[in-house]
Amino acid sequence: MSSRTITVDQLARVEGEGSLYVRVNDGKVADVRFGIFEPPRFFEAFLRGRRFTEAPDITARICGICPVAYQMSAVQAMEQGMGVSVDGQLAALRRLLYCGEWIESHVLHMFMLHAPDFLGYEDAIALSRDRPELVANALRLKKIGNDIVAIVGGREIHPVNVKVGGFYRIPAAAELRPLLERLEWGLSWMIEAAPMLAGLPFPDFDGTYEFVALRHPSEYPMNAGRIVSSGGLDIAVREYEFHFEERHVRHSNALHGFERGTGRYKVGPLSRFNLNFDRLTPLAQKVAGDMGLRLPVTNPFRSILVRAVETVYALEEAIRIIADYVPPAQAAIEVEPVAGIGCGATEAPRGMLYHRYRVSDDGIIRDAKIVPPTAQNQPTIEEDVRQFVTKFIDLPREELTWKCEQAVRNYDPCISCATHFVRLDVENSPGGRSR
Amino acid sequence: MTNHPEAVDTLLIGVGNEFREDDAVGLCVAREIRRRNAGAVTVVEVSGEGSGLMEAWAGARQVIIVDAMFSGGVPGSIRRFDATAEEVPRRYFHYSTHSFGVAEAIETARKLGTLPPHLLLYGIEGKEFGTGVGLSDPVVKSVPALIAMIEEDLHAFHAV
Repeated sequence: MSSRTITVDQLARVEGEGSLYVRVNDGKVADVRFGIFEPPRFFEAFLRGRRFTEAPDITARICGICPVAYQMSAVQAMEQGMGVSVDGQLAALRRLLYCGEWIESHVLHMFMLHAPDFLGYEDAIALSRDRPELVANALRLKKIGNDIVAIVGGREIHPVNVKVGGFYRIPAAAELRPLLERLEWGLSWMIEAAPMLAGLPFPDFDGTYEFVALRHPSEYPMNAGRIVSSGGLDIAVREYEFHFEERHVRHSNALHGFERGTGRYKVGPLSRFNLNFDRLTPLAQKVAGDMGLRLPVTNPFRSILVRAVETVYALEEAIRIIADYVPPAQAAIEVEPVAGIGCGATEAPRGMLYHRYRVSDDGIIRDAKIVPPTAQNQPTIEEDVRQFVTKFIDLPREELTWKCEQAVRNYDPCISCATHFVRLDVENSPGGRSR
Repeated sequence: MTNHPEAVDTLLIGVGNEFREDDAVGLCVAREIRRRNAGAVTVVEVSGEGSGLMEAWAGARQVIIVDAMFSGGVPGSIRRFDATAEEVPRRYFHYSTHSFGVAEAIETARKLGTLPPHLLLYGIEGKEFGTGVGLSDPVVKSVPALIAMIEEDLHAFHAV
Protein backbone atom coordinates (compact mmCIF):
# COMPACT_ATOMS: atom_id res chain seq x y z
CA MET A 1 0.00 0.00 0.00
CA SER A 2 1.29 3.44 -0.76
CA SER A 3 0.16 6.42 1.16
CA ARG A 4 0.82 10.08 0.98
CA THR A 5 0.64 13.01 3.34
CA ILE A 6 0.79 16.71 2.74
CA THR A 7 2.24 18.93 5.43
CA VAL A 8 2.15 22.67 5.74
CA ASP A 9 3.34 24.30 8.90
CA GLN A 10 0.64 26.83 9.04
CA LEU A 11 -2.22 28.08 7.00
CA ALA A 12 -1.40 31.68 6.46
CA ARG A 13 -4.15 34.24 6.30
CA VAL A 14 -6.80 32.21 8.05
CA GLU A 15 -8.08 34.30 10.92
CA GLY A 16 -6.37 32.68 13.82
CA GLU A 17 -4.99 29.23 13.81
CA GLY A 18 -6.06 25.65 13.54
CA SER A 19 -4.82 22.53 11.88
CA LEU A 20 -5.57 20.56 8.78
CA TYR A 21 -4.29 17.03 8.29
CA VAL A 22 -4.80 14.98 5.14
CA ARG A 23 -3.66 11.40 4.55
CA VAL A 24 -3.74 9.75 1.16
CA ASN A 25 -3.41 5.96 0.74
CA ASP A 26 -3.10 4.33 -2.68
CA GLY A 27 -4.22 7.50 -4.42
CA LYS A 28 -7.32 7.77 -2.26
CA VAL A 29 -7.96 10.22 0.52
CA ALA A 30 -7.98 8.16 3.70
CA ASP A 31 -8.36 10.85 6.31
CA VAL A 32 -9.05 14.57 6.58
CA ARG A 33 -9.07 16.29 9.93
CA PHE A 34 -9.64 19.98 10.37
CA GLY A 35 -9.11 20.88 13.97
CA ILE A 36 -9.71 24.14 15.74
CA PHE A 37 -9.87 25.28 19.31
CA GLU A 38 -12.99 27.07 20.18
CA PRO A 39 -13.38 29.79 22.77
CA PRO A 40 -17.19 29.78 22.98
CA ARG A 41 -16.91 26.79 25.36
CA PHE A 42 -14.91 28.99 27.70
CA PHE A 43 -17.35 31.85 27.29
CA GLU A 44 -20.37 29.64 27.87
CA ALA A 45 -18.96 28.82 31.28
CA PHE A 46 -17.89 32.43 31.84
CA LEU A 47 -21.46 33.65 31.18
CA ARG A 48 -23.08 31.47 33.80
CA GLY A 49 -23.88 33.54 36.89
CA ARG A 50 -23.65 36.89 35.06
CA ARG A 51 -26.56 39.25 34.54
CA PHE A 52 -28.54 38.94 31.31
CA THR A 53 -27.60 42.51 30.44
CA GLU A 54 -23.91 41.55 30.32
CA ALA A 55 -24.27 38.97 27.54
CA PRO A 56 -23.74 41.36 24.59
CA ASP A 57 -20.57 42.89 26.06
CA ILE A 58 -19.09 39.60 27.20
CA THR A 59 -19.77 37.71 23.97
CA ALA A 60 -18.44 40.64 21.91
CA ARG A 61 -15.05 39.69 23.37
CA ILE A 62 -15.10 36.31 21.69
CA CYS A 63 -13.96 37.71 18.36
CA GLY A 64 -12.06 40.81 17.32
CA ILE A 65 -13.35 40.48 13.77
CA CYS A 66 -17.05 39.85 14.33
CA PRO A 67 -18.00 41.25 17.75
CA VAL A 68 -21.21 42.74 16.34
CA ALA A 69 -22.46 39.31 15.30
CA TYR A 70 -22.01 38.03 18.84
CA GLN A 71 -23.77 41.08 20.27
CA MET A 72 -26.64 40.84 17.81
CA SER A 73 -27.28 37.14 18.45
CA ALA A 74 -27.02 37.74 22.22
CA VAL A 75 -29.53 40.59 22.36
CA GLN A 76 -31.87 38.83 19.99
CA ALA A 77 -31.85 35.74 22.18
CA MET A 78 -32.46 37.73 25.36
CA GLU A 79 -35.24 39.77 23.77
CA GLN A 80 -36.91 36.67 22.36
CA GLY A 81 -36.81 35.02 25.76
CA MET A 82 -38.22 38.09 27.50
CA GLY A 83 -40.92 38.81 24.95
CA VAL A 84 -39.47 42.12 23.74
CA SER A 85 -39.44 43.23 20.14
CA VAL A 86 -37.03 45.93 18.92
CA ASP A 87 -38.18 47.52 15.69
CA GLY A 88 -38.34 50.79 13.78
CA GLN A 89 -35.26 53.00 13.86
CA LEU A 90 -33.64 50.97 16.63
CA ALA A 91 -33.78 47.89 14.41
CA ALA A 92 -32.49 49.97 11.50
CA LEU A 93 -29.53 51.14 13.60
CA ARG A 94 -28.72 47.54 14.49
CA ARG A 95 -28.84 46.65 10.81
CA LEU A 96 -26.53 49.57 10.05
CA LEU A 97 -24.11 48.32 12.69
CA TYR A 98 -24.17 44.88 11.08
CA CYS A 99 -23.55 46.47 7.64
CA GLY A 100 -20.41 48.03 9.12
CA GLU A 101 -19.19 44.66 10.29
CA TRP A 102 -19.96 42.94 6.99
CA ILE A 103 -18.07 45.65 5.11
CA GLU A 104 -14.96 45.48 7.26
CA SER A 105 -14.89 41.71 7.56
CA HIS A 106 -15.62 40.99 3.89
CA VAL A 107 -13.14 43.58 2.62
CA LEU A 108 -10.41 42.28 4.91
CA HIS A 109 -10.99 38.76 3.69
CA MET A 110 -11.35 39.55 0.00
CA PHE A 111 -8.41 41.85 -0.48
CA MET A 112 -5.97 41.15 2.35
CA LEU A 113 -6.39 37.39 2.76
CA HIS A 114 -8.11 35.75 -0.20
CA ALA A 115 -7.16 37.75 -3.31
CA PRO A 116 -3.41 37.33 -2.72
CA ASP A 117 -4.03 33.55 -2.92
CA PHE A 118 -5.55 33.73 -6.36
CA LEU A 119 -3.08 36.30 -7.63
CA GLY A 120 -0.18 34.11 -6.61
CA TYR A 121 1.11 36.37 -3.87
CA GLU A 122 2.39 35.01 -0.64
CA ASP A 123 0.52 37.64 1.35
CA ALA A 124 -0.92 41.14 1.31
CA ILE A 125 2.56 42.59 1.83
CA ALA A 126 3.66 41.23 -1.53
CA LEU A 127 0.41 42.39 -3.09
CA SER A 128 0.90 45.89 -1.69
CA ARG A 129 4.33 46.05 -3.34
CA ASP A 130 2.91 45.40 -6.82
CA ARG A 131 -0.62 46.77 -6.46
CA PRO A 132 -0.38 49.52 -3.83
CA GLU A 133 -3.48 51.34 -5.12
CA LEU A 134 -5.59 48.19 -4.78
CA VAL A 135 -4.52 47.60 -1.18
CA ALA A 136 -4.81 51.29 -0.26
CA ASN A 137 -8.35 51.50 -1.66
CA ALA A 138 -9.36 48.26 0.04
CA LEU A 139 -8.10 49.61 3.36
CA ARG A 140 -9.99 52.85 2.71
CA LEU A 141 -13.18 50.87 2.10
CA LYS A 142 -12.65 48.72 5.17
CA LYS A 143 -12.19 51.85 7.27
CA ILE A 144 -15.72 52.97 6.35
CA GLY A 145 -17.04 49.75 7.89
CA ASN A 146 -14.89 50.30 10.98
CA ASP A 147 -16.21 53.84 11.34
CA ILE A 148 -19.83 52.70 11.17
CA VAL A 149 -19.08 50.22 13.96
CA ALA A 150 -17.28 52.92 15.95
CA ILE A 151 -20.14 55.45 15.64
CA VAL A 152 -23.08 53.09 16.18
CA GLY A 153 -21.31 50.52 18.33
CA GLY A 154 -19.36 52.96 20.45
CA ARG A 155 -15.96 51.47 19.61
CA GLU A 156 -14.49 49.60 16.64
CA ILE A 157 -13.10 46.69 18.56
CA HIS A 158 -15.43 45.08 21.05
CA PRO A 159 -18.21 47.67 20.66
CA VAL A 160 -19.90 48.53 23.92
CA ASN A 161 -23.04 50.40 22.91
CA VAL A 162 -25.40 47.50 22.22
CA LYS A 163 -27.93 46.81 24.95
CA VAL A 164 -30.70 44.30 25.48
CA GLY A 165 -33.70 46.36 24.29
CA GLY A 166 -31.75 48.74 22.05
CA PHE A 167 -28.63 50.84 22.63
CA TYR A 168 -27.06 52.75 25.52
CA ARG A 169 -26.71 55.82 23.33
CA ILE A 170 -28.14 56.62 19.94
CA PRO A 171 -26.12 58.58 17.39
CA ALA A 172 -27.32 61.95 16.13
CA ALA A 173 -28.13 62.18 12.43
CA ALA A 174 -25.23 64.62 12.07
CA GLU A 175 -22.81 61.92 13.22
CA LEU A 176 -23.93 59.51 10.53
CA ARG A 177 -24.45 61.86 7.60
CA PRO A 178 -20.74 62.46 6.83
CA LEU A 179 -20.49 58.73 6.13
CA LEU A 180 -22.77 59.05 3.09
CA GLU A 181 -20.20 60.51 0.74
CA ARG A 182 -17.63 57.91 1.75
CA LEU A 183 -20.16 55.10 1.36
CA GLU A 184 -20.98 56.34 -2.16
CA TRP A 185 -17.27 56.28 -2.98
CA GLY A 186 -16.98 52.80 -1.49
CA LEU A 187 -19.92 51.56 -3.55
CA SER A 188 -18.39 52.91 -6.78
CA TRP A 189 -14.99 51.45 -5.97
CA MET A 190 -16.38 48.04 -5.03
CA ILE A 191 -18.30 47.88 -8.33
CA GLU A 192 -15.15 48.97 -10.15
CA ALA A 193 -13.08 46.26 -8.43
CA ALA A 194 -15.63 43.51 -9.12
CA PRO A 195 -14.40 42.58 -12.64
CA MET A 196 -10.87 42.11 -11.31
CA LEU A 197 -12.23 39.64 -8.74
CA ALA A 198 -14.37 37.91 -11.37
CA GLY A 199 -11.24 37.42 -13.48
CA LEU A 200 -9.35 35.52 -10.78
CA PRO A 201 -8.39 31.97 -11.72
CA PHE A 202 -10.92 29.76 -9.93
CA PRO A 203 -10.29 26.01 -9.71
CA ASP A 204 -12.83 23.89 -11.57
CA PHE A 205 -14.47 22.50 -8.47
CA ASP A 206 -18.04 22.22 -7.29
CA GLY A 207 -19.19 20.80 -3.98
CA THR A 208 -22.51 19.28 -2.99
CA TYR A 209 -24.04 21.15 -0.12
CA GLU A 210 -27.01 21.55 2.15
CA PHE A 211 -27.12 25.35 2.29
CA VAL A 212 -28.48 26.81 5.53
CA ALA A 213 -29.19 30.49 6.19
CA LEU A 214 -31.70 32.84 7.67
CA ARG A 215 -34.51 34.09 5.47
CA HIS A 216 -36.56 37.19 6.17
CA PRO A 217 -39.86 38.17 4.52
CA SER A 218 -38.39 41.27 2.89
CA GLU A 219 -34.70 41.75 3.77
CA TYR A 220 -31.48 40.06 2.78
CA PRO A 221 -30.79 38.36 6.14
CA MET A 222 -28.66 39.93 8.83
CA ASN A 223 -30.42 40.36 12.17
CA ALA A 224 -33.59 38.37 11.71
CA GLY A 225 -35.44 35.65 9.87
CA ARG A 226 -36.40 32.00 9.91
CA ILE A 227 -33.84 29.27 9.40
CA VAL A 228 -34.19 27.73 5.93
CA SER A 229 -32.19 25.23 3.91
CA SER A 230 -31.78 24.18 0.30
CA GLY A 231 -33.26 20.83 1.37
CA GLY A 232 -36.57 22.46 2.26
CA LEU A 233 -36.16 23.11 5.98
CA ASP A 234 -38.09 26.16 7.18
CA ILE A 235 -38.14 26.61 10.96
CA ALA A 236 -38.25 29.28 13.63
CA VAL A 237 -34.90 30.06 15.31
CA ARG A 238 -36.17 28.57 18.59
CA GLU A 239 -36.52 25.20 16.83
CA TYR A 240 -32.83 25.16 15.85
CA GLU A 241 -31.76 22.54 18.36
CA PHE A 242 -34.51 20.16 17.30
CA HIS A 243 -32.99 20.07 13.83
CA PHE A 244 -29.29 20.66 14.39
CA GLU A 245 -26.80 19.15 16.78
CA GLU A 246 -23.17 19.48 17.73
CA ARG A 247 -20.89 16.51 18.10
CA HIS A 248 -17.51 16.05 19.69
CA VAL A 249 -14.79 14.80 17.41
CA ARG A 250 -11.44 13.75 18.77
CA HIS A 251 -9.26 15.94 16.55
CA SER A 252 -10.96 19.26 17.26
CA ASN A 253 -11.60 21.19 20.39
CA ALA A 254 -14.60 22.75 18.65
CA LEU A 255 -17.83 20.82 18.31
CA HIS A 256 -18.83 19.88 14.76
CA GLY A 257 -22.27 20.91 13.56
CA PHE A 258 -24.68 18.50 11.87
CA GLU A 259 -28.24 18.73 10.66
CA ARG A 260 -30.21 15.83 12.09
CA GLY A 261 -31.08 13.34 9.38
CA THR A 262 -29.10 15.23 6.74
CA GLY A 263 -25.55 15.45 8.02
CA ARG A 264 -23.05 18.15 7.23
CA TYR A 265 -24.32 21.52 6.08
CA LYS A 266 -22.95 24.85 5.03
CA VAL A 267 -23.51 28.35 6.39
CA GLY A 268 -22.03 31.60 5.12
CA PRO A 269 -22.09 33.85 2.06
CA LEU A 270 -22.85 31.10 -0.49
CA SER A 271 -25.79 29.86 1.58
CA ARG A 272 -27.20 33.34 2.11
CA PHE A 273 -26.80 34.17 -1.57
CA ASN A 274 -28.30 30.96 -2.90
CA LEU A 275 -31.27 31.09 -0.54
CA ASN A 276 -31.88 34.84 -0.63
CA PHE A 277 -30.86 36.08 -4.08
CA ASP A 278 -34.35 37.55 -4.53
CA ARG A 279 -33.83 39.70 -1.43
CA LEU A 280 -30.79 41.48 -2.87
CA THR A 281 -31.14 44.93 -4.42
CA PRO A 282 -31.28 45.18 -8.23
CA LEU A 283 -27.76 46.66 -8.22
CA ALA A 284 -26.32 43.83 -6.12
CA GLN A 285 -28.07 41.31 -8.38
CA LYS A 286 -26.61 43.02 -11.44
CA VAL A 287 -23.09 42.99 -9.98
CA ALA A 288 -23.55 39.27 -9.28
CA GLY A 289 -24.70 38.63 -12.86
CA ASP A 290 -21.86 40.70 -14.31
CA MET A 291 -19.37 38.63 -12.30
CA GLY A 292 -20.84 35.47 -13.82
CA LEU A 293 -22.56 34.18 -10.69
CA ARG A 294 -25.50 31.89 -11.48
CA LEU A 295 -27.77 30.19 -8.96
CA PRO A 296 -26.88 28.06 -7.20
CA VAL A 297 -23.23 28.91 -6.70
CA THR A 298 -21.56 25.62 -5.74
CA ASN A 299 -17.89 26.45 -6.30
CA PRO A 300 -16.67 27.44 -2.82
CA PHE A 301 -13.69 29.29 -4.32
CA ARG A 302 -16.18 31.75 -5.80
CA SER A 303 -17.25 32.79 -2.31
CA ILE A 304 -14.94 35.77 -2.78
CA LEU A 305 -17.34 36.98 -5.50
CA VAL A 306 -20.35 36.50 -3.25
CA ARG A 307 -18.58 38.53 -0.58
CA ALA A 308 -18.17 41.29 -3.16
CA VAL A 309 -21.92 41.17 -3.91
CA GLU A 310 -22.71 41.26 -0.20
CA THR A 311 -20.35 44.20 0.24
CA VAL A 312 -22.18 46.09 -2.50
CA TYR A 313 -25.43 45.24 -0.75
CA ALA A 314 -24.17 46.29 2.70
CA LEU A 315 -22.93 49.61 1.29
CA GLU A 316 -26.31 50.26 -0.33
CA GLU A 317 -28.14 49.30 2.86
CA ALA A 318 -25.93 51.59 4.93
CA ILE A 319 -26.63 54.47 2.55
CA ARG A 320 -30.38 53.79 2.66
CA ILE A 321 -30.52 53.52 6.45
CA ILE A 322 -28.49 56.69 7.04
CA ALA A 323 -30.49 58.65 4.43
CA ASP A 324 -33.76 57.64 6.15
CA TYR A 325 -32.45 57.96 9.69
CA VAL A 326 -34.50 59.78 12.28
CA PRO A 327 -33.11 59.33 15.80
CA PRO A 328 -35.56 57.26 17.84
CA ALA A 329 -37.21 58.91 20.82
CA GLN A 330 -35.58 56.54 23.27
CA ALA A 331 -32.32 54.63 23.06
CA ALA A 332 -33.75 51.39 24.40
CA ILE A 333 -36.90 49.65 25.50
CA GLU A 334 -36.83 48.83 29.21
CA VAL A 335 -36.44 45.09 29.60
CA GLU A 336 -37.38 43.35 32.82
CA PRO A 337 -35.90 39.90 33.30
CA VAL A 338 -38.28 37.03 32.70
CA ALA A 339 -37.33 33.50 33.67
CA GLY A 340 -37.05 31.23 30.67
CA ILE A 341 -35.10 30.32 27.59
CA GLY A 342 -34.34 32.66 24.70
CA CYS A 343 -32.82 31.84 21.32
CA GLY A 344 -31.28 34.10 18.73
CA ALA A 345 -29.63 33.64 15.36
CA THR A 346 -28.13 36.28 13.12
CA GLU A 347 -25.92 36.22 10.04
CA ALA A 348 -22.30 36.83 10.98
CA PRO A 349 -20.08 37.55 7.97
CA ARG A 350 -19.01 33.88 8.09
CA GLY A 351 -22.53 32.51 8.51
CA MET A 352 -25.32 31.91 10.95
CA LEU A 353 -24.44 32.39 14.62
CA TYR A 354 -26.80 30.83 17.16
CA HIS A 355 -27.12 31.74 20.86
CA ARG A 356 -29.39 30.26 23.50
CA TYR A 357 -29.65 31.43 27.11
CA ARG A 358 -31.54 30.22 30.14
CA VAL A 359 -32.15 33.05 32.57
CA SER A 360 -33.70 32.87 36.04
CA ASP A 361 -36.27 35.41 37.27
CA ASP A 362 -33.56 37.46 38.99
CA GLY A 363 -31.98 38.08 35.57
CA ILE A 364 -29.01 35.76 36.11
CA ILE A 365 -27.77 33.64 33.21
CA ARG A 366 -27.93 29.99 34.29
CA ASP A 367 -26.94 28.38 31.05
CA ALA A 368 -25.55 29.54 27.70
CA LYS A 369 -25.00 27.89 24.36
CA ILE A 370 -23.14 29.50 21.48
CA VAL A 371 -22.80 27.85 18.07
CA PRO A 372 -20.47 29.86 15.82
CA PRO A 373 -20.50 29.52 12.04
CA THR A 374 -17.02 28.01 11.78
CA ALA A 375 -18.01 25.14 14.09
CA GLN A 376 -21.02 24.46 11.88
CA ASN A 377 -18.88 24.52 8.76
CA GLN A 378 -16.12 22.23 10.03
CA PRO A 379 -17.48 18.96 8.56
CA THR A 380 -18.11 20.71 5.24
CA ILE A 381 -14.60 22.16 5.20
CA GLU A 382 -13.24 18.64 5.69
CA GLU A 383 -15.45 17.29 2.92
CA ASP A 384 -14.36 20.05 0.52
CA VAL A 385 -10.74 19.19 1.17
CA ARG A 386 -11.47 15.48 0.73
CA GLN A 387 -13.19 16.03 -2.61
CA PHE A 388 -10.63 18.56 -3.72
CA VAL A 389 -7.63 16.34 -3.01
CA THR A 390 -9.40 13.40 -4.69
CA LYS A 391 -10.00 15.41 -7.84
CA PHE A 392 -6.58 17.04 -8.01
CA ILE A 393 -4.48 14.22 -6.59
CA ASP A 394 -1.97 14.47 -9.44
CA LEU A 395 -1.12 18.11 -8.88
CA PRO A 396 2.43 18.73 -7.69
CA ARG A 397 2.56 18.43 -3.93
CA GLU A 398 3.32 22.08 -3.33
CA GLU A 399 0.47 23.27 -5.51
CA LEU A 400 -1.98 20.78 -3.98
CA THR A 401 -1.02 21.94 -0.50
CA TRP A 402 -1.50 25.55 -1.48
CA LYS A 403 -4.90 24.77 -2.97
CA CYS A 404 -5.92 22.92 0.20
CA GLU A 405 -5.07 26.04 2.16
CA GLN A 406 -7.26 28.04 -0.18
CA ALA A 407 -10.06 25.49 0.19
CA VAL A 408 -10.04 26.14 3.93
CA ARG A 409 -9.73 29.88 3.43
CA ASN A 410 -12.89 29.87 1.29
CA TYR A 411 -14.77 29.69 4.58
CA ASP A 412 -12.91 32.63 6.09
CA PRO A 413 -12.80 30.43 9.18
CA CYS A 414 -12.99 32.72 12.13
CA ILE A 415 -10.84 30.83 14.54
CA SER A 416 -8.86 33.83 15.57
CA CYS A 417 -10.94 34.08 18.58
CA ALA A 418 -9.98 30.56 19.02
CA THR A 419 -6.91 29.02 17.87
CA HIS A 420 -3.42 29.63 16.83
CA PHE A 421 -1.52 27.65 14.27
CA VAL A 422 -3.18 26.12 11.29
CA ARG A 423 -1.11 23.16 10.26
CA LEU A 424 -1.84 21.42 7.04
CA ASP A 425 -0.39 17.93 7.26
CA VAL A 426 -0.76 15.74 4.24
CA GLU A 427 0.99 12.51 5.04
CA ASN A 428 2.54 10.06 2.67
CA SER A 429 3.94 6.72 3.73
CA PRO A 430 7.13 5.25 2.17
CA GLY A 431 6.48 4.03 -1.34
CA GLY A 432 3.89 6.67 -1.99
CA ARG A 433 4.08 9.13 -4.81
CA SER A 434 5.87 11.71 -2.81
CA ARG A 435 7.00 14.68 -4.83
CA MET B 1 -9.20 51.14 17.24
CA THR B 2 -8.94 54.88 16.83
CA ASN B 3 -10.31 56.03 20.12
CA HIS B 4 -8.12 59.11 20.13
CA PRO B 5 -10.16 61.92 18.62
CA GLU B 6 -7.45 63.39 16.45
CA ALA B 7 -3.92 62.66 15.35
CA VAL B 8 -1.42 62.64 18.18
CA ASP B 9 2.30 63.10 18.33
CA THR B 10 3.21 60.09 20.46
CA LEU B 11 1.13 56.97 20.71
CA LEU B 12 1.45 53.75 22.65
CA ILE B 13 -0.48 50.79 21.26
CA GLY B 14 -1.12 47.68 23.32
CA VAL B 15 -1.98 44.61 21.27
CA GLY B 16 -3.66 41.44 22.45
CA ASN B 17 -6.62 39.42 23.58
CA GLU B 18 -7.27 39.44 27.30
CA PHE B 19 -8.96 36.06 27.20
CA ARG B 20 -5.90 34.31 25.80
CA GLU B 21 -3.62 34.27 28.82
CA ASP B 22 -0.19 35.71 27.92
CA ASP B 23 -1.61 37.22 24.75
CA ALA B 24 -3.00 39.92 27.06
CA VAL B 25 0.42 41.22 28.12
CA GLY B 26 0.45 44.03 25.54
CA LEU B 27 -2.86 45.30 26.93
CA CYS B 28 -1.68 45.02 30.54
CA VAL B 29 1.50 46.99 29.83
CA ALA B 30 -0.43 49.64 27.91
CA ARG B 31 -2.90 50.08 30.78
CA GLU B 32 -0.11 50.36 33.34
CA ILE B 33 1.71 52.99 31.29
CA ARG B 34 -1.55 54.90 30.87
CA ARG B 35 -2.02 54.84 34.65
CA ARG B 36 1.54 55.94 35.40
CA ASN B 37 1.62 58.70 32.81
CA ALA B 38 -1.97 59.90 32.87
CA GLY B 39 -2.54 62.62 30.32
CA ALA B 40 1.02 62.58 28.99
CA VAL B 41 0.76 59.67 26.56
CA THR B 42 -2.07 58.60 24.33
CA VAL B 43 -2.62 54.89 24.83
CA VAL B 44 -4.85 52.71 22.67
CA GLU B 45 -5.64 49.01 22.75
CA VAL B 46 -6.14 46.91 19.64
CA SER B 47 -6.91 43.26 19.00
CA GLY B 48 -3.99 42.80 16.63
CA GLU B 49 -5.94 42.74 13.39
CA GLY B 50 -3.47 44.44 11.08
CA SER B 51 -5.60 46.94 9.22
CA GLY B 52 -7.05 48.22 12.50
CA LEU B 53 -3.51 48.75 13.71
CA MET B 54 -2.64 50.74 10.58
CA GLU B 55 -5.65 52.95 11.25
CA ALA B 56 -4.75 53.36 14.90
CA TRP B 57 -1.34 54.84 14.18
CA ALA B 58 -2.49 57.03 11.26
CA GLY B 59 -1.21 60.56 11.79
CA ALA B 60 0.99 59.77 14.79
CA ARG B 61 4.65 60.74 14.55
CA GLN B 62 6.13 58.48 17.21
CA VAL B 63 4.57 55.10 17.88
CA ILE B 64 5.42 52.30 20.29
CA ILE B 65 3.65 48.96 19.92
CA VAL B 66 3.69 46.27 22.62
CA ASP B 67 2.65 42.73 21.76
CA ALA B 68 3.08 39.20 23.00
CA MET B 69 5.51 37.12 20.99
CA PHE B 70 5.86 33.44 20.32
CA SER B 71 9.24 32.78 18.79
CA GLY B 72 10.36 29.71 20.72
CA GLY B 73 12.51 31.82 23.02
CA VAL B 74 12.59 31.97 26.81
CA PRO B 75 9.20 33.00 28.24
CA GLY B 76 9.36 36.54 29.55
CA SER B 77 12.26 37.57 27.31
CA ILE B 78 11.90 40.98 25.69
CA ARG B 79 12.81 42.02 22.16
CA ARG B 80 12.89 45.59 20.89
CA PHE B 81 12.65 46.26 17.17
CA ASP B 82 13.20 49.61 15.54
CA ALA B 83 10.59 48.98 12.89
CA THR B 84 11.47 52.21 11.10
CA ALA B 85 14.91 50.84 10.35
CA GLU B 86 14.45 47.09 10.11
CA GLU B 87 12.01 44.54 8.84
CA VAL B 88 9.98 42.86 11.56
CA PRO B 89 10.24 39.05 11.65
CA ARG B 90 6.73 37.84 11.02
CA ARG B 91 7.14 34.48 12.66
CA TYR B 92 7.72 36.10 16.05
CA PHE B 93 4.37 37.80 16.15
CA HIS B 94 2.22 35.19 14.53
CA TYR B 95 0.91 33.76 17.70
CA SER B 96 -0.73 36.73 19.27
CA THR B 97 -2.73 38.02 16.39
CA HIS B 98 -4.68 37.26 13.30
CA SER B 99 -2.68 36.32 10.29
CA PHE B 100 -2.84 39.82 8.92
CA GLY B 101 -1.34 40.89 12.15
CA VAL B 102 1.20 43.24 13.62
CA ALA B 103 4.21 42.32 11.49
CA GLU B 104 2.10 42.18 8.31
CA ALA B 105 0.60 45.59 9.06
CA ILE B 106 4.04 47.12 9.58
CA GLU B 107 5.47 45.65 6.39
CA THR B 108 2.39 46.48 4.31
CA ALA B 109 2.51 50.07 5.58
CA ARG B 110 6.19 50.20 4.66
CA LYS B 111 5.26 49.23 1.08
CA LEU B 112 2.41 51.74 0.98
CA GLY B 113 4.53 54.52 2.47
CA THR B 114 2.23 54.94 5.46
CA LEU B 115 4.59 53.88 8.25
CA PRO B 116 4.89 56.42 11.09
CA PRO B 117 8.20 58.35 11.04
CA HIS B 118 9.27 56.58 14.24
CA LEU B 119 8.00 53.13 15.12
CA LEU B 120 9.26 50.87 17.88
CA LEU B 121 7.89 47.39 18.43
CA TYR B 122 8.31 45.54 21.71
CA GLY B 123 7.73 41.82 21.88
CA ILE B 124 7.55 39.88 25.09
CA GLU B 125 7.80 36.13 24.82
CA GLY B 126 4.67 34.41 26.07
CA LYS B 127 4.37 30.98 27.60
CA GLU B 128 0.65 30.20 27.78
CA PHE B 129 -1.78 31.11 25.00
CA GLY B 130 -4.77 29.01 25.97
CA THR B 131 -8.23 30.34 26.61
CA GLY B 132 -8.26 32.01 29.97
CA VAL B 133 -7.54 35.12 31.96
CA GLY B 134 -4.20 35.96 33.57
CA LEU B 135 -0.50 36.02 32.70
CA SER B 136 2.03 33.29 33.36
CA ASP B 137 4.71 33.84 36.01
CA PRO B 138 7.70 34.43 33.69
CA VAL B 139 5.72 37.05 31.81
CA VAL B 140 4.53 38.78 34.98
CA LYS B 141 8.14 38.94 36.22
CA SER B 142 9.29 40.69 33.03
CA VAL B 143 6.56 43.30 32.91
CA PRO B 144 8.35 45.90 35.16
CA ALA B 145 11.49 45.75 33.02
CA LEU B 146 9.42 46.15 29.87
CA ILE B 147 7.61 49.17 31.32
CA ALA B 148 10.94 50.76 32.27
CA MET B 149 12.28 50.26 28.75
CA ILE B 150 9.18 51.77 27.20
CA GLU B 151 9.23 54.75 29.53
CA GLU B 152 12.85 55.36 28.61
CA ASP B 153 11.81 55.48 24.96
CA LEU B 154 8.97 57.82 25.81
CA HIS B 155 11.48 60.12 27.53
CA ALA B 156 13.70 59.99 24.49
CA PHE B 157 10.63 60.94 22.44
CA HIS B 158 10.12 63.83 24.91
CA ALA B 159 6.67 62.47 25.50
CA VAL B 160 6.87 62.15 29.27
